[in-house]
Amino acid sequence: MPGYWPHTEAEIAAMLEFLGLRHIDELFASVPEALRLSGALAMAPGRPEPDVLAHMRSMAAANRTLVCFAGGGAYDHEVPPVTAALAGRSEFVTSYTPYQAEVSQGVLQAVFEFQTLVTRLTGMDVANASLYDGAAALSEAVNLAVGTTGRSTVWVSQGVNPAWRAVLATLASGPHHCLVEIPLVGGQTHWESRGDAGRAAHGDAPGAVVVAYPNYLGCLEDLAEARRLCDRTGALLVVAVDPIAAGILRSAGSWGADVVVGEGQPFGLPLSFGGPYLGLFSCRGEHVRRLPGRLVGETVDSDGRRAYVTTLRTREQDIRREKATSNVCTNQTLMAITAAIQLGWLGSNGLAEVATRCAQGTRYCRERLLALEHVAPLVPAPVVREFAVHLPIDAALAVDRLAEEGLLGGIALGPPYAEDGRGLLVAVTERRTRAEIDRFATAVEKVVR
Amino acid sequence: MSEGCQTAAGGRASSAPLLGGDEEPTLFELSRPGRRAWQLPTTDVPEVPLADLVPADHRRDEPPPLAEVSERDLVAHFTRLSHRQYSVDLGAYPLGSCTMKYNPKMCDTVAGLDGLATVHPAAPARYTQGWLQLLVELEQALCAVTGMAAATLQPAAGAAGELTGLLLMRAWHEQQGRQRRSVIIPDSAHGTNPASVTLGGYRVLTVPSDQRGCVDLRALRQVVDDDVAGIMLTNPNTLGLFERDIAAIADAVHEAGGLLYYDGANLNAIMGVVRPGDMGFDIVHLNLHKTFATPHGGGGPGAGPVAVTSALAPLLPGPRPVLDAESASYSWEQPARSIGPVHSWHGNALVLARALAYALVHGADGLRQVAQLAVLNANWLRVQLGQLFDVAHEEPCMHECVLSAATLRREHGIRAVDVAKGLLDEGFHAPTVAFPLVVEDALMFEPTETESVQTLYALAEACRRVVARAGVEPGAGDLHHAPRRTPVRRVDEAQAARRLIATFDARPGADA
Repeated sequence: MPGYWPHTEAEIAAMLEFLGLRHIDELFASVPEALRLSGALAMAPGRPEPDVLAHMRSMAAANRTLVCFAGGGAYDHEVPPVTAALAGRSEFVTSYTPYQAEVSQGVLQAVFEFQTLVTRLTGMDVANASLYDGAAALSEAVNLAVGTTGRSTVWVSQGVNPAWRAVLATLASGPHHCLVEIPLVGGQTHWESRGDAGRAAHGDAPGAVVVAYPNYLGCLEDLAEARRLCDRTGALLVVAVDPIAAGILRSAGSWGADVVVGEGQPFGLPLSFGGPYLGLFSCRGEHVRRLPGRLVGETVDSDGRRAYVTTLRTREQDIRREKATSNVCTNQTLMAITAAIQLGWLGSNGLAEVATRCAQGTRYCRERLLALEHVAPLVPAPVVREFAVHLPIDAALAVDRLAEEGLLGGIALGPPYAEDGRGLLVAVTERRTRAEIDRFATAVEKVVR
Repeated sequence: MSEGCQTAAGGRASSAPLLGGDEEPTLFELSRPGRRAWQLPTTDVPEVPLADLVPADHRRDEPPPLAEVSERDLVAHFTRLSHRQYSVDLGAYPLGSCTMKYNPKMCDTVAGLDGLATVHPAAPARYTQGWLQLLVELEQALCAVTGMAAATLQPAAGAAGELTGLLLMRAWHEQQGRQRRSVIIPDSAHGTNPASVTLGGYRVLTVPSDQRGCVDLRALRQVVDDDVAGIMLTNPNTLGLFERDIAAIADAVHEAGGLLYYDGANLNAIMGVVRPGDMGFDIVHLNLHKTFATPHGGGGPGAGPVAVTSALAPLLPGPRPVLDAESASYSWEQPARSIGPVHSWHGNALVLARALAYALVHGADGLRQVAQLAVLNANWLRVQLGQLFDVAHEEPCMHECVLSAATLRREHGIRAVDVAKGLLDEGFHAPTVAFPLVVEDALMFEPTETESVQTLYALAEACRRVVARAGVEPGAGDLHHAPRRTPVRRVDEAQAARRLIATFDARPGADA
């Protein structure tokens, strides 16, 4: 039988004898007989590693690699060998949450550096050690804002990633937050049009105002207006940023954000069918005692040497229990370490260069597509990072047809972004060559005919 | 020249324990303006000035102030950090309740397969058939182990699974037209349980443990009423004891219309021996980063799939991967009355791939053997350690044993945390300390099935030496001053909280 235990048959027998047992089943004497499984689990017997690897490889081979023009929160960025090699070091990979700081300085310092990098990027004072993904970070930000303001009404721009909003809606059902969605007009949030329903049912002032920068359609929002709205209503401003675009855009902090969240996948994490990714969470210092999840702080050891430790632990679930600021325990630390390595490799100028190249590719690709007959901009607002076009055919059909050409053409947009289902959201990263973009444009021309 | 030479030297290895264990400079101290590691591909995409790409009022004046280091220094820095980190690959990690077993290298190979790692999560199902098959196979394996009908693989960790389970509980009651306000939790539960209950919109009702360390059945029956939505239980519980009365507990809760939630933290003890479904549970979360050996990554990523009975299946988060038997192809399906998604995409997919590989290697027989040997190891260690520490409960344990440093504390002022630090000096990771809360100065050991009897013996001998140090007069050799041989010595947690320095820029004297 394959397995990874070290016991020899003789050792098992000796250990049982030491315990005064005749059979290994006697270890389970406290499990009532009536509940015990009489036969084997309903699954196949074990198989040796090489067989299992062959099976896993065959499944991997059944996924067809497409040239990626899709984004929507997951982007095909370059992951350099150095990032993969360092992040794959087994000391980082196979360690636990750093409860024993004296033997966990590696993870703790790496996370401390990650927290610093995130705050420098977002313009916030503190960042946590990570959350599951962008959606989880958004949900925690809303919880923080509601807890801080004591108001459960939350205004959420429809420019925020719809998958994240869906998760927020699921998780908001527990504590009964009232989510009021604010539509986009022309690609930008139209805060005035909350709708009669929103105004009547949730006439209360909001506890949080949530906006994305750039938003789901790649458009730049007027964060100054969002800030003024918060100043008027007393809400906290939660901004969901794209961490690559943040390399060339003014920081959310400089626009007056209170909490900044994001999806850190572009920082060295492969697409991986959607996970494990990296929820980025940072906020102003005044909110640190409501910060969800782990936080690493610098301190000293008993010899006065610099050392790191998880801190402000009384916020957390294992101490505060039902009064904790969040239930998060295991987060995405390895992804945070990966991001720290990747940001270390890119540095200030490298990140700005990646962001610039993405914007250049986006510009070129958009111009190529808009030059096609019957392809039009979906919205007029200026874009970086991603762009949306209106196609003459159903976008899901176009995505299917483009896949036949070996291209992942983007994400099909339906309501509320494109009522007729003909919107296509396209992302171009620094990996896409001019030749690929040209081929993409030619393919789009073909499939929309 | 000495200009700029005050910057930390990236090539000096003195922070590695191998060469003395100095402080390791941060990335920011290694940084020199103008230094670079990055290289980007040639794409021939027309260059456009940034000023033409981003409107002036949105544009950064300067690149974000990160750090600027060479690739060589970057590699040296993170390699040295890794040398200052304990890990399963380095040695035993008997952290109770964490199931720090060996993580098979084969699973690393799986997670690195191009055909898995390069797939965009929004790619059409027709082009991701392998991924969908993988997820369906894992769901089947998890249902087999738990005795459940269907599962969602979306929750990214145990706590996310708990919250998902509680929202399923809430949705189920609402579907029955019932408004219930509280969820029962034993006093020995993990802290995530009560925190999740609050986020699920419920009130926590705590039931005490009885003298045996199990749920006090009489106390439970007194609190169960028609306001109780359900109960969250870990079985075996956090004391390492199987809740023998589980059938009676299930009856009491079910009769009042409540549901039973199984916290899978301790599933490693019972795989292939008894299934949560047969104990009467309705909702089960699994910690794949514990039971199915996916690595913890210093605190994640994990994966916390939630399996449920057929009655609850229509409420699961969607979309779910399904096999259409007729066409022999896989597709996504939205459950009829889904509570909604709980992850941006499909969960921590690469973690799920590792878990499936682990499950397939072991199979039905191997998973049972895992549980048997985990329990065998824990009991063997329990008897050894019972000679050194107070025993929380006299009876045999399951996969972990809980001891107490209460006597050491009374006689020598030595707390559980001091024992833990002493063990670090002995070359072992510490057990979980001060948990569960119901045991005074708890020491919770979970050796897992992948440690040999020789390692267990060495661990017990190490504990023996630590206990012997408890009587040492205050001074350099006493346990209050442990550890001594680690990269840093006892870390001042109080100062970290009192004078918060959570970024490099918050250090006294920093520019920012």
